[in-house]
Amino acid sequence: MLELQDICFSRDNKDILKNVNLKIDNEKMVVITGPNGSGKSTLAKIIMGIETPDSGKIIFDGKDITELSITERAKEGIGFAFQQPVRFKGLTVKDLIEISAGNSLKLCDACDVLADVGLCAQEYLNREVNSELSGGELKRIEIAMLAAKKSKLTIFDEPEAGIDLWSFNNLISVFEKMHDDIKGSIVIISHQERILNIADEIVLITNGTVGKHGPREEVLPQIFGKIKPCHKLENKERCNKGGTVNE
Amino acid sequence: MNNIEKNLLKQVADIEKTPMGAYNIRENGKGVARNTTANIDIVTKKDKPGIDIIIKPNTKNESVHIPVILTEGGLNDLVYNDFYIGENADVVIVAGCGIHNSTCDTAQHDGIHTFHLEKGAKIKYIEKHYGEGEGTGERILNPQTIINLGENASMEMESVQIKGVTSTIRETYANMQKGSSLVISERIMTTGKQTAKTIFDVNLDGEDSSVHVASRSVAEDDSVQEFISNVKGNTKCFGHVECDAIIMENGRVISDPKIEANNVDASLIHEAAIGKIAGEQLIKLMTLGLTEKEAEEQIINGFLK
Repeated sequence: MLELQDICFSRDNKDILKNVNLKIDNEKMVVITGPNGSGKSTLAKIIMGIETPDSGKIIFDGKDITELSITERAKEGIGFAFQQPVRFKGLTVKDLIEISAGNSLKLCDACDVLADVGLCAQEYLNREVNSELSGGELKRIEIAMLAAKKSKLTIFDEPEAGIDLWSFNNLISVFEKMHDDIKGSIVIISHQERILNIADEIVLITNGTVGKHGPREEVLPQIFGKIKPCHKLENKERCNKGGTVNE
Repeated sequence: MNNIEKNLLKQVADIEKTPMGAYNIRENGKGVARNTTANIDIVTKKDKPGIDIIIKPNTKNESVHIPVILTEGGLNDLVYNDFYIGENADVVIVAGCGIHNSTCDTAQHDGIHTFHLEKGAKIKYIEKHYGEGEGTGERILNPQTIINLGENASMEMESVQIKGVTSTIRETYANMQKGSSLVISERIMTTGKQTAKTIFDVNLDGEDSSVHVASRSVAEDDSVQEFISNVKGNTKCFGHVECDAIIMENGRVISDPKIEANNVDASLIHEAAIGKIAGEQLIKLMTLGLTEKEAEEQIINGFLK
């Protein structure tokens, strides 16, 4: 479905991604993990077209999309949930869900995607997506938009950030439901062990390269095997004062 | 009525057929249609151009439409409309002016609307301004709204300049008595070399009176807008003024807010934000499949909704 070939990206004389090669197969749930600053979010933005690689190719469904714009990639079937969702003065939750779905959505469908992320449609559909919404509410709306978009490939950039009050079980069940309903691939950038636990495959990015990529059963023990005191990779980083998570 | 006239009425007053209830339609400086009801009377002024709209106390669930349309260039239409709203009435008033100018002469309408709301009266006032026409003549609209709110009276004012107005000076003055409340929502769009100036001057004289002014505007191309507000809290009261503007291309917006607390129990807030469309907003909508232009339109339409 998606193939990254020799992707390089540098900024301010710093190599952020170095010859990244990665294949994401159809209908896979893939979690990309790694230390902060390892290049995970940059990689996600490159797939969506928000950042342009210095070199390398991106193939999606057999088509070279390296030169395609964000809009064209969205139309090809790529979706992207921002780590920090954007606020819009004037646009309502309903507006954004309709734009995501690409048409005028039936009310019951809009209600369903909001209910899946734990929001009451009656209360939220006509609310503006502005600063009156909390970070957690915005994050859930962002996820609901991607559920409505039904992309062949959906990328979530740290979906767990900012939803502390919402149980992880719900978040995980949203991903599983999306995976079942849409039959597309889901790529999640996450540090959370519980999200890593639902992956078909795990990709470990360290220092701008793919350190590990394989089935969860294979990669997960290698990541956590040597990090006994900490549940999260982020904690491991703190333990090591910013060290990498090389196994 | 021809299609141009029909379209103007649709734009400014959402009228496609004869409106329900009381109405007065003014075209090119003359009244062309009028209807009154048992509770709402409309009387032509004798001393100057304009009408008095008299609404009886306790009138509920009725509406008044008083749109003005100009379809000729070289016309300067000045009109004084006075609204007398009786005690505890609760009505909707739809005004607005549309200009179609296909000439090279200026077409101008200056509507001076004065509201007198008696004790406990409540109105929703909707005012839309719109200009069109292939002529090079200017389309000028200078509305003036003077609001006198009696004890516990309340008014909700929705003021919208849709598009096509070459220049406008929009003045609103309000005097508020005990327990009265005023909510103003303004939306303005300017393009080309258009100019728009808005002035709000509110006197919160009555105890527990409150005002909320929310202005949203978009200045595109080389257009210039100016927002001036002065809210005076002269007693225990609450005032909130919010001015948000999006600027595009060479558009300019000047915001000049003033809040004046003349009493220790006056609580006044002013917020103003001017800026271009945030890049991340465009990117977000593009990731949903919109082109940059479509994303821009969505953001502007939502902002001015």
